[in-house]
Amino acid sequence: MNWLTEPLQYGFMQRALLEVLIIGALCGLVGCFVVLRGLAFIGDALAHAVFPGVVLSYLAGQSILIGAFGFGTLTALGIGVLARSRRVSEDSAIGVIFAAFFALGVVILSRQGGFRRDLGSLLFGNILGVSSQDVLVTAVIAAVVAAVMVVLMKELTLAAFDPVMARTLGYPVFALDLLLLLLVAATIVVSLQTVGNILVLALVVTPPAAARLLTDRLLRMIWLSVLLAAVSGVGGLYLSYHAGTAAGATIVLTATGLFLVSLVFAPNHGLVAAWLHRRRGMHHAHHYHAAGEEHRVHGR
Amino acid sequence: MCDVDAVIPPGSVVGLIGPNGSGKSTLLKAIAGSLPLRDGEIRFGERPLRELAGRVAYVPQREEVNWEFPVTALDVVLMGRYRKLGWLRWPGRADRAAAEAALEALGLGGLGHRHISQFSGGQQQRIFLARAMVQEPELVLLDEPFTGVDVQNRAVFHEQIRAFARSGVTVLFATHDLDEVRATTTHVLLLNRRMVAFGPTPETFTPQNLRAAFGGQVAVFEQVPVFERLP
Repeated sequence: MNWLTEPLQYGFMQRALLEVLIIGALCGLVGCFVVLRGLAFIGDALAHAVFPGVVLSYLAGQSILIGAFGFGTLTALGIGVLARSRRVSEDSAIGVIFAAFFALGVVILSRQGGFRRDLGSLLFGNILGVSSQDVLVTAVIAAVVAAVMVVLMKELTLAAFDPVMARTLGYPVFALDLLLLLLVAATIVVSLQTVGNILVLALVVTPPAAARLLTDRLLRMIWLSVLLAAVSGVGGLYLSYHAGTAAGATIVLTATGLFLVSLVFAPNHGLVAAWLHRRRGMHHAHHYHAAGEEHRVHGR
Repeated sequence: MCDVDAVIPPGSVVGLIGPNGSGKSTLLKAIAGSLPLRDGEIRFGERPLRELAGRVAYVPQREEVNWEFPVTALDVVLMGRYRKLGWLRWPGRADRAAAEAALEALGLGGLGHRHISQFSGGQQQRIFLARAMVQEPELVLLDEPFTGVDVQNRAVFHEQIRAFARSGVTVLFATHDLDEVRATTTHVLLLNRRMVAFGPTPETFTPQNLRAAFGGQVAVFEQVPVFERLP
């Protein structure tokens, strides 16, 4: 029990645990749509593009959330509009912009003294340094993002699965896309403090990818993803405390570990299951075999 | 794509015919409201098509569907009820019953809980047809519904298309299967980047028009060879 309770005697660990729990759950939820829409690259771009905002608010002695939100909103809207015009190749344009923004952040920061130390904590997060106020702000933003997500889940799912039908039904698909990007941006911004710019995407993508391997049902995927991300956050933090390793990176590796376990042992999509299917000579059974009804039609 | 000018009577079954790249899918997506019109308009009766939102059902080409998306057959069919439900409301027992009935009618009863990748190609098409049915549409658009579909599945499709037409629903489908056209349509619209011909099938589905639409890409037999039916 000591292993579990010992870290809890420190206030900074209590706050850190609460913070990773909230952020893990949020990333697990929003990440499902990032994975289903194939937005991983855009998410990475968002995470890097907010860096100048983080640096500026840090230098001004403000919460890094303020600058990050400003830049995150701008970038999300920019990407949304860019994705709509067919003139530029979308991913190269995003690549150009996010590298440029990231470099801008580094240049601004490099004009200050103590550059390396600051750069480290901004790039990789500083979970052990979160204040009670940070936790409160994170909780409020997470609640808002999750509420919007849940309320619009039906529409977001339809737009992700069949955008043509969504438009046919008269849904504002472009507005829904923009909204999703904004929710992703908000999620990434509040998660920056935990794992930093470079690793934040792992928390958004890895748990949903693992959850997708474990189930074929969207709702179950979402619950599993939330659970896996929260477990990664809390478990990774404990591991880093006891092993004396960097918290953010340990959290990410914990998530990666859970993903690898899912990849190998998942009931239908896992490597072991696939191997067993092949061994039994029934590799048709799961995906390619027509459902039973076909035979009845034949028999008539 | 330009110069499409057609007045389609309600309850008719229209085959969109043309070679690959002739604009069949583009025209369907434009009617579905998914692609913007550069010019011109689409009207449904007296109303602009936009006001018909929710009453237009669209069955996509199989290649355009992400079959790895985590939804079951029933989930997909229920999407047909979304517009009627509106924002903030979730499918209830009545919607579920309607979806299950549609699957049942198309020979997929009791299979709604399966993931969409666990069906054969023809069954996957039927799932989307069931979705169109629960939408209670006034206009049904099908993009290449017969591609890679076996005889039994075709029969199910023909039956449902006729059922739509009987109840006054207009059906438009794109195909390059000319036999299907003869068997199912009341009208044909021949396309090749522009409208080549439109009219009732008997008068319009002629060798001259087919040659005009397909150029040299199709061999048109003036007399259709008839094969003996195998026992």
